[in-house]
Amino acid sequence: MSDIIRRDPRAEWIARNRLHPLHAAMQQQGTPSSWMGPNGVLRKNPHAVGFIGPNGIKRIDRSGAQQASGQRRAAAEAVQLPLHVVEQPSHIICVVPDMVGGRLSSHDKDLLGLARQLAGSGGAVLAVVFGEHKESAFDTAGVDRLLQIEGSEYAGYAPEQRLQALAAVERQFVPRHWLLPDSRSGGGELGRRLAASLRERPATRVWQVAGERCTGRAGAGREDINRPLPRLILASAECAEPVSETRHQALAVSLDNGVARCLPRIEDLGPVAVDPAAIPMAEAEFILSGGNGVQDWALFHKAAAALGATEGASRVAVDDGHMPRARQVGATGTWVTARVYLAVGISGAIQHLQGIGACDKVVAINLDPGCDMIKRADLSVIGDSSAILQALIELAEAYRNGGARDAA
Amino acid sequence: MPHNELNVVALVSVGAHPTSGRARRAEQDARAVELGLRLAGSKLQVVHAGDPHAEALRAYLGMGLDELAVLEQGAGADALPALGAYLSGAGAQLVLTGSQAETGEGSGMLPYLLAERLGWPLVVGLAEVERVEDGFAQVLQALPRGQRRRLRVRLPFLASVDNAAPVARQSAFGPARRGQLRAEDVVVVDDALLSEAQLQPARPRPKRLKVIKAKTGAERMKAATAKASGGTGQVLKDLPPQAGAEAILKLLVEEGVLR
Repeated sequence: MSDIIRRDPRAEWIARNRLHPLHAAMQQQGTPSSWMGPNGVLRKNPHAVGFIGPNGIKRIDRSGAQQASGQRRAAAEAVQLPLHVVEQPSHIICVVPDMVGGRLSSHDKDLLGLARQLAGSGGAVLAVVFGEHKESAFDTAGVDRLLQIEGSEYAGYAPEQRLQALAAVERQFVPRHWLLPDSRSGGGELGRRLAASLRERPATRVWQVAGERCTGRAGAGREDINRPLPRLILASAECAEPVSETRHQALAVSLDNGVARCLPRIEDLGPVAVDPAAIPMAEAEFILSGGNGVQDWALFHKAAAALGATEGASRVAVDDGHMPRARQVGATGTWVTARVYLAVGISGAIQHLQGIGACDKVVAINLDPGCDMIKRADLSVIGDSSAILQALIELAEAYRNGGARDAA
Repeated sequence: MPHNELNVVALVSVGAHPTSGRARRAEQDARAVELGLRLAGSKLQVVHAGDPHAEALRAYLGMGLDELAVLEQGAGADALPALGAYLSGAGAQLVLTGSQAETGEGSGMLPYLLAERLGWPLVVGLAEVERVEDGFAQVLQALPRGQRRRLRVRLPFLASVDNAAPVARQSAFGPARRGQLRAEDVVVVDDALLSEAQLQPARPRPKRLKVIKAKTGAERMKAATAKASGGTGQVLKDLPPQAGAEAILKLLVEEGVLR
């Protein structure tokens, strides 16, 4: 749509003529409260300002959101953040994010924020990602160059092979700093292995970088250690603000030489089935949570067993005696950090929504399409919980059997 | 399930109580000793690099050890060369350590550097040794979120334990008094770090502020009062239960939580 302001004399005439059959339609389209006149002067109609609220009282919203809705919406759409371009990087800051579940975690984003801070305007942030990922927002997270290293040898637990790849990155890019998350989900281990093989003394559990010095926790957390900024930094969560005001190129780069394949001394025999009920709820990965809408609790327990999920409950379910108090999720129970939270028949009281604030994906099964849990959920299915759980049990069993057949 | 023929060494340090700061046995090192005692029984060797007169070391002896080797060093010395030299001559098949020290720098680098120096594989977060046969060990590794992974690793190897390892047994007073702290003289190398870094009491970390980048008052008001929302979720209405369940199953499989 062009930006040239054009009058539509016929529409204006209809809008003025209250007896015209199309008058109501024109009104509904919204009479603008202000418009640019033909001579470039802003004209205002004070009677058209505002809208009729739900109780029949005229309401005026001064933020401009109401008025802009009528005429030119195109102008207000999708604010593009400014693109930060690095053509020839003066130096490279290399980040190896954890990518838990194939996406950048908040810890990774904080780390990229710190890397961006260290890179300045002339440097580039290089993110090294192993295997497949599901992340689509590398550009807004502050990644200038993206190196994706793929291959079956990196699948599973292969710290020695990953170390080989990082050594190849070291030879090719010679980064000024290496940044890894000091987390239990892989970054802390890989970073220390890298430090041992590069013979660099890392700064660990760093939570603040100021100029040429950094501060990290020492010992059991009763002391801080303040030291000159080393080449290899293992930073804890919230070490810096994540990038929020710029977009970056996220140009794909590749390794010139292949990575030597090392003979693994540690062989991964795969994950071991753990009893989901024995996992503490605060750190369970997958929680099936039931609330007031669950009619058949036997079926609920069966579904949890079939899906391999840790059980949780809302306060109502606990108060009614369907679940033990220790299983209560929410501000008055346990604050959970599950990656996938499946809420069955929970309407979503604010205390409950606070408790699941750290969950990545929330799936809701509910009868009421207007409840707060549906607004929070990434996927909601409106329907009877018993029927859906029954279908889910059958599908999960079929999936397991199918998977076993494929493997055999 | 004792593996009596296995030669196990546990490395221990002096810890500090998280609140009072009093010297105690380090939590994770005690778990390493516990794991070692379950594997090798009384044949477990326990080694400490530091002061042989430290009273806190007796807490390890109280777990049922007859003696504890101490490589005598001052407070600012580097434990790595002494331990590396000791281990290369000890004939150990499995060396157990905690993940990080409770005093000093506590970087958690020691097991990695020792593994690099000895050229042994390192298992991080050992939870259980399932069996040892033909020069290979089958072990369980603790992962975040209570998960476990089975690994097969060649002997000899190093393993660090964290809080997923079995809880350490209580220390008894009598054995703690009777046990011997055997001091050994080693070459002392000073740690260069403390010349350029300062240790200071931990400052509470600044709480992250919720920065609202809103241009207008209405947007600020909205941000301050908004309930938690995941943005645009997909809502499936008026579907048969089968179709809804299929959509949920697809998401569970995509996220990799259905195993």
